[in-house]
Amino acid sequence: MLNIKELLDKVKASPYREIVVRAPHTGVVEFAGLKQGDTVRGPGGDYKEKPGTLLAHLTREKNRKPIMAPEKGEVEVIHSRHEGQFVEAGEPLMTIKHYLTRKEVIELILQEALYLFRAPERAKYYFVPEVDQKLKVSGKRSVKVHEGMEFLIVSRMKRETPLAYSGPEGIIYSVYFGRGENVDEGEPLIGVCPEDQLTVIQDVVARIQSEWEEQE
Amino acid sequence: MDAEKRIQALKDRLTYISDIFAGRESDSIRLLSAKFGELQDRHGSRPGGATGEELARLEDLFDFSERKLDTTLTPMDKVRIVRHPQRICLKDILENVYDNYTEIGGRGEYNIDPSMLIARAVFSRRVGEKVIDQMVMVIGQEKGHGEAFRNGGSVKPWGNAKALHYMKVAETENIPVHTFVFTPGAYPLEDWPGAAQQIARNLYEMAGLRVPVIAVFSEGGSGGAEAVGLADRRIMLSHGYYSVISPEGAAAIEGGLTPGVRAAPSLVEKCARQLCITADDNLQNGYVDRVLQEPPLGARPHHYDFFRELRRELVQTTNETVSEVKPMKLYRAMLVRASKSDDAESIFMRWTLSRSGLGRLVDTRQRKYRAMSRHARKDGTGIFSRAVAAVKGSVWATHSFVRYDLLGRQKKRLDAMFEELGAEAHLVRHKLLMPLKKGVDRIMPGNSVERARAGEAVKDRLTRLSCPEDGACLVGSEWAWISPRSQEDRTISCPNVRTHHCPDLWVPDLFGDFAGVCPSCGHHFPMEYRWYLENVFDYKMSKEFNQQLESINPLGYEKFDLKLDKAKEKTGLKSACITFETTIEDVTATVAVFCAPFRGGSVGAAEGEKFIRAAERAGRKRQPFIAYVHGTAGIRIQEGVNGVIQMPRCTIAVRRYIDNGGLYLVLYDTNSYAGPVASFLGCSPYQFAVQSSNIGFAGPGVIAETTGMPVPPDYHRAYHALQRGHIHGIWDRREVRKNLHQSLLTMGGRNLYYR
Repeated sequence: MLNIKELLDKVKASPYREIVVRAPHTGVVEFAGLKQGDTVRGPGGDYKEKPGTLLAHLTREKNRKPIMAPEKGEVEVIHSRHEGQFVEAGEPLMTIKHYLTRKEVIELILQEALYLFRAPERAKYYFVPEVDQKLKVSGKRSVKVHEGMEFLIVSRMKRETPLAYSGPEGIIYSVYFGRGENVDEGEPLIGVCPEDQLTVIQDVVARIQSEWEEQE
Repeated sequence: MDAEKRIQALKDRLTYISDIFAGRESDSIRLLSAKFGELQDRHGSRPGGATGEELARLEDLFDFSERKLDTTLTPMDKVRIVRHPQRICLKDILENVYDNYTEIGGRGEYNIDPSMLIARAVFSRRVGEKVIDQMVMVIGQEKGHGEAFRNGGSVKPWGNAKALHYMKVAETENIPVHTFVFTPGAYPLEDWPGAAQQIARNLYEMAGLRVPVIAVFSEGGSGGAEAVGLADRRIMLSHGYYSVISPEGAAAIEGGLTPGVRAAPSLVEKCARQLCITADDNLQNGYVDRVLQEPPLGARPHHYDFFRELRRELVQTTNETVSEVKPMKLYRAMLVRASKSDDAESIFMRWTLSRSGLGRLVDTRQRKYRAMSRHARKDGTGIFSRAVAAVKGSVWATHSFVRYDLLGRQKKRLDAMFEELGAEAHLVRHKLLMPLKKGVDRIMPGNSVERARAGEAVKDRLTRLSCPEDGACLVGSEWAWISPRSQEDRTISCPNVRTHHCPDLWVPDLFGDFAGVCPSCGHHFPMEYRWYLENVFDYKMSKEFNQQLESINPLGYEKFDLKLDKAKEKTGLKSACITFETTIEDVTATVAVFCAPFRGGSVGAAEGEKFIRAAERAGRKRQPFIAYVHGTAGIRIQEGVNGVIQMPRCTIAVRRYIDNGGLYLVLYDTNSYAGPVASFLGCSPYQFAVQSSNIGFAGPGVIAETTGMPVPPDYHRAYHALQRGHIHGIWDRREVRKNLHQSLLTMGGRNLYYR
């Protein structure tokens, strides 16, 4: 069984993710003059069309390629001994400390704690009438699902077929789709948690929502 | 109460004046505002208000000052006049110029496009004892005195489609069309029907529209103006402008500014002056037929005299247009030509034309545009060569006529007859001989053994492995010309590396054998136009013509001579357009190439003329006509209206060519934008693009600035253009020649005799 408390402590102890920027292939490295502690930003714009901060150039066969920051963060380590040197593929060049946002932390914890039941195909999904009734009357945390239980209706091009649940037994913690909404293949439909952990998860999420301070 | 109204009117006039001169101080303006302030004070303090006499005196002063200020107007002031909310707009004209009208297609903002206004309008006149109603179709942009939903007269593609629809309606009903141009430019949207493509369609239809069309220009902004502006007669209001680009746009390009940064007012002012956008400039260049004088500082809705003038002008111009092509005109035609005063109203002329009259009308219109912009290019061809070309042209025309029309038609008829007969004979022979042959086969079976042995040989040839003793299969490059870039020993990365994980490409391979195509994702790197000339069009074997037509700087645009010389030196060309006759796998075709390295492939008077001559030559020689657009940035703005007039001119040439039974094919490469796409390229029924090219109306920067919406990075990609229905196929660069040949064999008009 999962220990939520422990997980949360772990996140709290290091509220960031370390991203190691490695050389994508062999070549000669030229750093872009960043120092330790400098902030970098990831790709931006509505379509991620603006590239992130330039970290270094890698030159192979006279092809000088830029290496950009993949996420927002702070430069933690620069392996400046590689400056002007030839490196092998996969050689770490830099480490960027990316502070987790509130959303990312919740995501992280839910991902660890919940079982996500995913859509097998692109379609509209509905709960079967009994489950729907129950969800409406007494909230979504009241429905128990178990292996083989037919609880969803897949509706595609006016053809409706029932869908059975497969996965660990538990309670529906969250529903990720809306009525009459098309869900792509592989997108999560519901999150299921073991019955006894329900309160713990709720508690933790509430606490993160109120207490997590985002680093700017 | 009356005094209040008059004071309000004066106040409006004062704000109008200060808006027009944009804060530029002058004694007259200062005097006016001081006097007006005094009057207002007196009106507020005295119980009876200002007296009528005082008001009249101030009004006189306003009249006087307006007349005086009118002489000091700069081109940029005129731009501010036409954009001012107090400027007359189409609704005012409909109310005051026509006697009755019905708006078609919506009320206010409940309209498919409120910026395009269509109305059926009537002129009622008393001629002698009779009252005569004459109907016209009125089409034009509506600025609505600054109403937000009118978009300032920026018409969306579907607005232009609506305009086109009602032009066709007018054609069916055989009534004249009056168009009014009140637009700063078209709204740059790529969604179907597409800003560029719809304008192209409008131009194409108007080039052959079989009713009289009269256009009135107030604000003529480039492509948007052309969408309704191709007319038999063009009247321009004296305070209007007609330009290739807004002065602000020109300044942004001139100053090399990034989108979002505003150009300095002095630079904008300078560009406005250099572009020659005013009515007098356009009259001088021959792009409008007449200038209608407006009241001082431009017409506003209370200038009723001006509306009467406009009405007279419209009636007279329509009369003139009709009388020019009418067979029965006699005395009236003379009068129409002579009349300059109000008696235009008293001459009645039926505006419906006979079939032959309509034919003459269209022909006159096409000839009129053909003769334009002669001064804006340089023809270095000697007199002798010109005479030879003219003689050759008529010889080809006669030859084609004799060979294809006189003899060809008879031959075709004979061929068809023989074909029918042959098919009959074949069937009869088959029926008669088959039983006989079967009998012979039964008696002498040796024949089939022979055939089986031959089959063995074929099978062997098809299934045997390669023979190494014959030498390696690789014998050099298959291309006749390879880019000099392939000499460099280095690698480059494909732009799709993030999504397709393409390996780095070695440049000699990429620009040599691979023809600039990434072998793993199919991305096409831009390629020099020489590559296409040599590998697709066999340039070495081709016959180039009109080489001596040269781009010049007709407006004397500052520093442009230098830039033009640099481009000529860099490319060794005299203009951005190369025209030649070539053979693609036995099919002889005329080709016009627009080369991007020469001023971005922009189209000016010389390029337009070359294109038109190529189309005419293709028509005379009954050849297919291919436009290969290596890249075009649009109309060359430094040539001003001389450039923009190429849109209708070239479209008319295309229209004539297609109507005469030709096949017109367009192939886009790299980047093709704006004017040319919105006219003679976009109107082709067969448009193809080389993969990874971009096609659009306005660039991403302009769209973001005009519409305020960010544009996805791949918005203009050929695949999206294909999806939107703007082009009809995407070709791989390595297969262009093959595809072209196949298209020549499978598509096109009735004049293609090589099939």
